[in-house]
Amino acid sequence: MEQQSNITHKYLRPKKKFPNVWCPGCGIGIAMGAMIRAIDGLGLQKDDVAIVSGIGCTARIPVYLDFNTLHTTHGRPIAFATGVKLANPKLKVIVVSGDGDLLAIGGNHFIHAARRNMDITVILVNNYIYGMTGGQYSPTTPVTKLASTAPYGMIEQSFDPAALAKASGATFVARGTVYHATQLSRLMAQAIERPGFSLVEVISNCHTQYGRMNREGSAVKMILWQKEHAVPATVASKMTPEQLEGKFVIGVLHEAQKPGYVEEYQKIIDRFRAADEEKLGEVVVSG
Amino acid sequence: MSETVKLYKSNQPLLMQGNEACGWGALAAGCRFFAGYPITPSTEIAELLARNLPRVGGYFIQMEDEIASIAAIIGASVAGSKSMTATSGPGYSLMQENLGYAYMAEVPIVVVNVQRGGPSTGLPTKVSQADTMQAKWGTHGDYYPIVLAPSSVKECFDMTIKAFNMAEQYRVPVTVLTDEVLGHMREIVILPEPSAVKVLNRPRPVDPPEWYKHFEITPDYLSPMASFGEGYRFHLTGLTHDESGFPTAKPNEIKAKLDKLKLKITRHREQITEIRSDMMEDAHIMVFAYGSTARAARQAIRMARKKRFKVGMVQPYTIWPFPDDKIAPLLENVDTVVVPELNQGQIIGEIERLSRRHVKVVPLQRYDGELITPSQIVDVIKEEHA
Ligand SMILES: Cc1ncc(C[n+]2csc(CCOP(=O)(O)OP(=O)(O)O)c2C)c(N)n1
Repeated sequence: MEQQSNITHKYLRPKKKFPNVWCPGCGIGIAMGAMIRAIDGLGLQKDDVAIVSGIGCTARIPVYLDFNTLHTTHGRPIAFATGVKLANPKLKVIVVSGDGDLLAIGGNHFIHAARRNMDITVILVNNYIYGMTGGQYSPTTPVTKLASTAPYGMIEQSFDPAALAKASGATFVARGTVYHATQLSRLMAQAIERPGFSLVEVISNCHTQYGRMNREGSAVKMILWQKEHAVPATVASKMTPEQLEGKFVIGVLHEAQKPGYVEEYQKIIDRFRAADEEKLGEVVVSG
Repeated sequence: MSETVKLYKSNQPLLMQGNEACGWGALAAGCRFFAGYPITPSTEIAELLARNLPRVGGYFIQMEDEIASIAAIIGASVAGSKSMTATSGPGYSLMQENLGYAYMAEVPIVVVNVQRGGPSTGLPTKVSQADTMQAKWGTHGDYYPIVLAPSSVKECFDMTIKAFNMAEQYRVPVTVLTDEVLGHMREIVILPEPSAVKVLNRPRPVDPPEWYKHFEITPDYLSPMASFGEGYRFHLTGLTHDESGFPTAKPNEIKAKLDKLKLKITRHREQITEIRSDMMEDAHIMVFAYGSTARAARQAIRMARKKRFKVGMVQPYTIWPFPDDKIAPLLENVDTVVVPELNQGQIIGEIERLSRRHVKVVPLQRYDGELITPSQIVDVIKEEHA
């Protein structure tokens, strides 16, 4: 524990005013710690990492971290991150934001970055609710659950972020929880290491909004719920749909080998490098 | 390697569109990243850059919408690439929130808005100047935009370069406001070699990272700018922030930030603004026109002079900030100003403000998708002269 804390402190900004904005017991801090340990474990230099977020409680993570940090507008971090990556492909670009930010207002950017296999890692902290604005329903709020804007129970179907990413073309998709923090860190490291679009969905607790409205109890109780309902992917593959009812799967959910966007674009640049510049200039001007 | 690439045939006549000239201007200015979404009448800019950016080692990407396009160019600029997007009314509207982000986070970017008729989808293939006020007030909050208005194909080239230079110098988004006619018309131009183009880059930090403040309030309000990946590890946010970039709720820091956004522009208004005046020495009537309307105005004053009318013309190349100090003295000597515009009256408000009722201000507004003709302007001059 002490050793973990030392690692975390190495990556926090000492001059940034603490305490943070999160409620005591919030899972976002655990997700942040897991991310830090993943980056540390990969031996990445601080200067070579950019953390990009949108707006929301989760999206406040970057301000505390001693990396290149970009806190953007609501829903748009993936689009900003795309520009950062293409301007400096040497950077490891990690987007960290909430379920509302990435899947409601930012849903279009999410599916298109996955489709183009853009070389970024998205860490989606799924607390099933809009935390920052006070508990309105999000695209992941389960049917029948209460939210301040679903006072009679949620009637919309929800997104499964991991399935959405896979269907859109992501080449690495994983899910973890803030209870399984060590595994979460490992999944994040795997995601960050790879080229192409990777998603790590983090099941987290918002006891202040979601938990309170749905009577799911304290932070501890909600995190224990994760322990009780998570099924490792290796185990789940041997279970029937009936056995999996009401549970969710954690671990690596999807992997595909495809070159990332940057590698593909670089091939075009290289083609021009090799060709006769003089001739190309003329072709382009007249064409 | 980019130095050795022959971008275009320089120093010889080329027949080219305004949109193409914007694209070549961007490349000559050092643009190495473009993100955009197709929209008439701006698309040729994106197409030219899709073909040519990889030749200079730069990136082009067609994003899923205009919101993503401007987000991507802001991200790219933060990571060190000079970046641009191009669009028209509907896309420019979608860009407004992130344009505000770039004002707040002081990120240099260039946006070309090739104006078409509005509101809404309006007239995709017809000319308009109805985004003049949107270019000033489009996003929420207080901020001080720089907006340039070319009136010929060559000026599209020159002003795109100037837009990059000013974006870098002042760390602001700069809009190049052209229109459907300028974007699509072809003229013979002679372009300089890219190496002969005056290119300015963002002021770079001299302090070591421990001392660096991304939004340092300097005597001229312009702060040096490091890029991601260079060891400075700064924080950017659209929240109101202190000099280091961290969010603040302290009244003195909030005010200092908003003052900085204002003063970095208003203190440099003299260098930023540019106008052209023609035949104003003895003029009683001024025609005040910008963009493609200025072309008709130039023709009109020649025609009117032949009829011995004492008329001149003033054309702002910078429409925001409005060149008050350059235009006000010229208003002293005239009785009447004619303001032709392709909208229901936008820039005319600025002339009315400056003339303070001492001068008669006469509108000439057309918003039927067609250009104002020189003879329409001459007719108004004739009437005012009588
Ligand atoms: C354009 C825009 N619309 C709405 C908001 C208000 N807003 C701020 S955070 C937020 C929702 C955040 O929810 P989520 O992404 O799930 O993050 P959490 O706070 O739960 O971590 C909303 C709607 C905003 N900042 N900008």
